[in-house]
Amino acid sequence: MPRMTNHDDQNLQEGLNSLGNEKMSRRDFLRRGSILATGMGALMAAMSPLRQLQGAFDPEEFVQKHYKEMTPEEMDKVLRRIERKVAERFDVKATVRDIKPMDGVEYVYALNLSKCNGSRKCVHACVNENNQSRSPEIQYITVLKMPQGTMDMDKGEILYDPPKVPEEGYYYMPVQCQQCANPPCVKVCPVHATWQEPDGITVIDYDWCIGCRYCEAACPYWARKFNFAEPRIPKERINPDMSYLSNRPRSKGVMEKCTYCLHRTREGRYPACLEACPTGARIFGNVLDPNSQISFVLRNKRTFVLKEEVGTIPRFFYYFDE
Amino acid sequence: MFKWLRDYLYFLYRCVALSFSGQGVFYAWMTFLTALSLIGLNAYCKQLVDGLYLTGMNDHVSWGMYIANFTYLVGMAAAAVMLVIPVYIYKNDRLRDVVIFGELFAIAAIIMCLLFVIVDLGRPDRFWHLIPGIGKFNWPYSMLSWDVVVLNIYLLLNMHVAGYLLYMRYLGRKPNKFLYMPFVSVSIVWAISIHTVTAFLFAGLSGKAFWNSAILGPRFIASAFASGPAFIVLTLQVIDHFTAYKIKKTTLLALRRIIQVAMIISVFLMGNELFTEFYADSLHIASIQYLFFGLHGHNMLVPWIWTAVVFNIISLFILVLPMSRSLKYLNVACILCVVGIWIEKGIGLLIPGFIPTPLGEIVEYFPTVNEILICLGIWAFGFLIYTILLRVSIPILVGSLHIPLKYAQREFRKGV
Ligand code: SF4
Repeated sequence: MPRMTNHDDQNLQEGLNSLGNEKMSRRDFLRRGSILATGMGALMAAMSPLRQLQGAFDPEEFVQKHYKEMTPEEMDKVLRRIERKVAERFDVKATVRDIKPMDGVEYVYALNLSKCNGSRKCVHACVNENNQSRSPEIQYITVLKMPQGTMDMDKGEILYDPPKVPEEGYYYMPVQCQQCANPPCVKVCPVHATWQEPDGITVIDYDWCIGCRYCEAACPYWARKFNFAEPRIPKERINPDMSYLSNRPRSKGVMEKCTYCLHRTREGRYPACLEACPTGARIFGNVLDPNSQISFVLRNKRTFVLKEEVGTIPRFFYYFDE
Repeated sequence: MFKWLRDYLYFLYRCVALSFSGQGVFYAWMTFLTALSLIGLNAYCKQLVDGLYLTGMNDHVSWGMYIANFTYLVGMAAAAVMLVIPVYIYKNDRLRDVVIFGELFAIAAIIMCLLFVIVDLGRPDRFWHLIPGIGKFNWPYSMLSWDVVVLNIYLLLNMHVAGYLLYMRYLGRKPNKFLYMPFVSVSIVWAISIHTVTAFLFAGLSGKAFWNSAILGPRFIASAFASGPAFIVLTLQVIDHFTAYKIKKTTLLALRRIIQVAMIISVFLMGNELFTEFYADSLHIASIQYLFFGLHGHNMLVPWIWTAVVFNIISLFILVLPMSRSLKYLNVACILCVVGIWIEKGIGLLIPGFIPTPLGEIVEYFPTVNEILICLGIWAFGFLIYTILLRVSIPILVGSLHIPLKYAQREFRKGV
């Protein structure tokens, strides 16, 4: 057994006698008091940046339940609260709805790579429709400029900026959320903040996401985008037609992604990117309806999906004209 | 009737009293750690206000220093088991005395891990969503939810075993085997599992070829079982130097054996990984290529990883040669091992997973000052906890802190 030194014993006694003990001397008391005061002062100083957060904490949002666990009444209250918040934050009168999926519908997208001209009209329409942050910039669609002769995305260029598109020798490949039938992002989310809806759209409950970014690491298509800062949108650019699961404004620290514009498509309209496309490269519709245009494309075109080998089973197809 | 409660509360009170008292060096060290922790806290408060924007992370490299340190520290925590197995299972007496230091270190390391997870969250205020029962827990599918569970249980296991044994020593009683051995056995399996699950966190992502490897788990374990005990070798000498607790050289040499074997396996596994990747030379090697040689002129991590490789190999050499029986060389080997593996299993493992991005972009990651301060703050806080745990447990172990005799007559008479 190791020996105890006198020295240590002395220390120990001192320690044992010091706190709250009747033997504590006045000097000792003052010394400890001043250490404690300095410590508390330093702690307060260290935490002083938090003062800027005053009023940011919302107890109602803090205790809010998961999307799937809210009753319709609770949901209604939440929607009204979000409307109030949008009014406070952007000074815009918005309507926020909770739009449910339709029965017998499964959405699928197809994109004709022979037509796409790389004009990025879809990218901007998407940003306008879905109230993405303008600063820092968040976009759901990434258009790759691909040299002819390869499908290897590592060879693609994202920040292309020529005076005129398309350029000779290249084709353009827009990539957005592929709404996988076997989505890796959903599997990895520790808190079920993201899931696949019955119509095939993977959504995020922005009020439940804890911002761990695991899903972003899991996504093979770089489709998920994170709000590293408080999203900023000029007031006049706000789209006031909002839904809970899609385009209502997000807060900082949460994930977001393409939802096939579910607030439009679930009401029978097309996604904003499709409407904006000048070449008609985009085809969208209900794959369960044999007469839909998308069913026709899937039947008659030689389509393929991106990164088939990772087993995600995308609901987003690409093809070239014969 | 409440005698045990009174004794226990008095014990806690004395522990607290003790952690605030010491000599000049102790005060200076504690003040230093407290100051660093507060600086870290201050940086974290800034991050709370402005968001993770204040870090070097972005949509391209969406995990950085926080998760890298987290990964490394899970390994350090798991490594305590390399002391536990020899002592409790093989009855190795040379390590018996120090096993408790390993368990205490595991406690500090897990606390650091949990802090690193929290600072990485975009919405830490919603942390409660992760609590099973109250939140909505994606179990068993999400490896992150597994990790949260296993880490917390491991923390409790170690707190129980170390706390129980220390308290019994304090009371001068013989610990009851049934009250700690079952937990020790569980903690052995658990230690392996925490680091395996942490490896699965990465290995399970089919979209990331760099991580999607079955040997990632074994690699994590091997490197942790080298760097963890190496770290403990170093701290034991600090304990020997500054406290009344004297460490025998044979103890350190027993640990050397462990580090030696683990290091051989770790380097061997790394070689395996390198061969498979580079010999096959498929499209999937972009990340590892970036790590070791740079990609299209981007080579920020290259000097780091080669430093790690060189450190690992030198450390391995020293360890297998008889010269590491001398403490001087053993310490060099341990330092090289701790640092080398921190680079290799921290940033070296994490960052290349994001480079290139799934769409082929190359964006390099530079941690910001604020981010580094937060990391330093967490490390300092971890050391603070470890120091306090040692400050309290060493007097108990050497026998200078025990239950006042007037309360303990009977037990002491029965023989300690
Ligand atoms: S960032 Fe949000 S949605 Fe993504 S895994 Fe984490 S909690 Fe889930």
